[in-house]
Amino acid sequence: MTVIFGQTFTGISIGAVLLLIALGLSLTFGQMNVINMAHGEFIMAGAYTTYVLQKSISSAGLSLLVALPVAFLVSGALGALLEWLLIRRLYLRPLDTLLVTWGVSLMLQQLARDIFGAPNVQTRAPELLTGNITVIGGDDPLTFANSRLFILGLAIAAVVALSLTLRLTPLGRRIRAVVQNRDLAEVSGISTGRVDRTAFFIGSGLAGVAGVALTLVGPIGPTMGTNVIIDAFLVIVVGGIGQLKGSVIVAFVLGVLQSVLEYSTTVSVAKVLVLVAIVAFLQWRPQGLYTLRTRSLV
Amino acid sequence: MTGSRTSFLKGRSTRAAAGFTGAAVALFAVAPLALSDFRLGLLAKYLCTAMVAVGICLAWGRGGLLTLGQGVFFGLGGYAMAMHLKIVDAGPGTIPDFMQLYGTATELPWWWRPFANPVFALAATVLLPMAVAAVLGSFIFRRRVKGAYFAILSQALAAAFAIWLVGQQATTGGTNGLTDIQGFFGYDLDDPVNQRMVYFVIAAALLLLIALARQLIHSRYGELLVAVRDSEERVRFLGYNPANVKLVAYVVAAGMAGLAGALFVPAVGIISPALIGIVPSIELVIGAAVGGRASLAGAVLGAIAVAWAKTALSEEFPAAWTYFQGLLFIVALAFLPGGLASLVGIARRRRASRVSADTAPVLPVGEAA
Repeated sequence: MTVIFGQTFTGISIGAVLLLIALGLSLTFGQMNVINMAHGEFIMAGAYTTYVLQKSISSAGLSLLVALPVAFLVSGALGALLEWLLIRRLYLRPLDTLLVTWGVSLMLQQLARDIFGAPNVQTRAPELLTGNITVIGGDDPLTFANSRLFILGLAIAAVVALSLTLRLTPLGRRIRAVVQNRDLAEVSGISTGRVDRTAFFIGSGLAGVAGVALTLVGPIGPTMGTNVIIDAFLVIVVGGIGQLKGSVIVAFVLGVLQSVLEYSTTVSVAKVLVLVAIVAFLQWRPQGLYTLRTRSLV
Repeated sequence: MTGSRTSFLKGRSTRAAAGFTGAAVALFAVAPLALSDFRLGLLAKYLCTAMVAVGICLAWGRGGLLTLGQGVFFGLGGYAMAMHLKIVDAGPGTIPDFMQLYGTATELPWWWRPFANPVFALAATVLLPMAVAAVLGSFIFRRRVKGAYFAILSQALAAAFAIWLVGQQATTGGTNGLTDIQGFFGYDLDDPVNQRMVYFVIAAALLLLIALARQLIHSRYGELLVAVRDSEERVRFLGYNPANVKLVAYVVAAGMAGLAGALFVPAVGIISPALIGIVPSIELVIGAAVGGRASLAGAVLGAIAVAWAKTALSEEFPAAWTYFQGLLFIVALAFLPGGLASLVGIARRRRASRVSADTAPVLPVGEAA
């Protein structure tokens, strides 16, 4: 019994990481219909920000708290810069943005290698987050890692913050307007270019936050972004582009599915099975779990 | 109008024939005479990349299907060939070296056994990738999953396949892959003479694929493929099924990649997950993009040039190569979407418009949407 709970919790924590990564991606994907392959490198930027801050702030707990907003700003600024330099020129060519941003991601990876060195580095986790919480004691104990619980909390906080921003603020209203009908938003007096850049800033900033979270579960290295980005993209494809609700559900479902399959088979077979499940799901809902209702023919 | 169109087409085919002959002379006469055995071996490797690029030109340049998973098909072809060669190298009754090394296995796994048959193995190098592409493609295209969704799924496929190969170490060689392949259908691959033979086989295969792709592109099917890329709905309203049109391009491209992978194995002597994962799969696309995705000559020359630049730069300056590669992606796709091949068209149009006020037909470069 505890095995099932344990695997489910592992799955949920995988899902939380996926969700943190997919949130920002979903925003940038939904906003301009561009695929940002450099999103993974923004995650890396967030992780290295944590690493750098920890060098100057001795308290691991304090540096983690400082890292969250700083990483958001660093990665957000990188995202806004990328949008301004390249992505806005590639508007309406989503497949080309995919390859162009892949080129950017290659360069950022190499930059990280030149600055921080090729080998992975490690940060210290705050003491509070190193232990486990015992949920069920006894002979067959069920424990949850504190760091994983923290990431789960972070993911929930990010979802709440983002959905409140999108629902309640004027900026959120403008973003939703542009997503639904760009031309109509433009003629209604919304500066779509500015909305794009702001959305990109927020989405990329969330990648930075995800990067801070990832320092708690693994080493930091130049290629850490590549390893997670594909899974995050799959979350968006299955959840429906630009659909927060879809991303949340799918991230957790895929996380649990991955974890359960890994337990009953092997890591590599689980990856293949998850992909098969996704293709099968798309037979049923080709546009993802949730879609914007449109009159287009697709 | 009809007259000018025919003469335009005729001019085009004469030029293509001249280009094809030029390529054949360069590959079969100039290169073997001018290059050392080592350089010729490298060229053989680049030509394999170019074979994949022919398929990419068809699927992406013509059909608008950005497939980021050609490494999978390259790998299927490569592993099919390598498995056969490993079995032959090991000799009858014994199992390949790496299986003995990791080994719990005392005999060949069941799915290795058919590859002992050379005919089966050779057929599998092309048919296996095509079958996988057919199954996957029919699922994806039938439900009108397209554009970015398709690109991401094809990329996820490359990731999953590479991870799976690494995971099955005892039967696939894991991260190392299938290495140290010595013979090629009875010929010793260490012998430079036989390496030259492999080069000629590869060069011939590349020319064959180019001819085949050209036939396809200039057929009625080729027109339909471009029509699907540019406006899928219109093609559907005309009574065709766009899913089938796309499927053919995807499957043919997969077969070409499979053949390329199969011939890569004797040329280089190794096939491993590192050659077919996400990163190499995208690298296969960039050559075609730089040269010109919609033009056969552009895609092929681009693939060769980028592969050559990689060897030339990455050995001396690995860091510089990565920056350069990133820049190539950015410049080629953001600022020159038709690739270098489009420069020829631009120059020609400029000259034509200077000659007569009646401007030459403007051929728009396909935007993959």
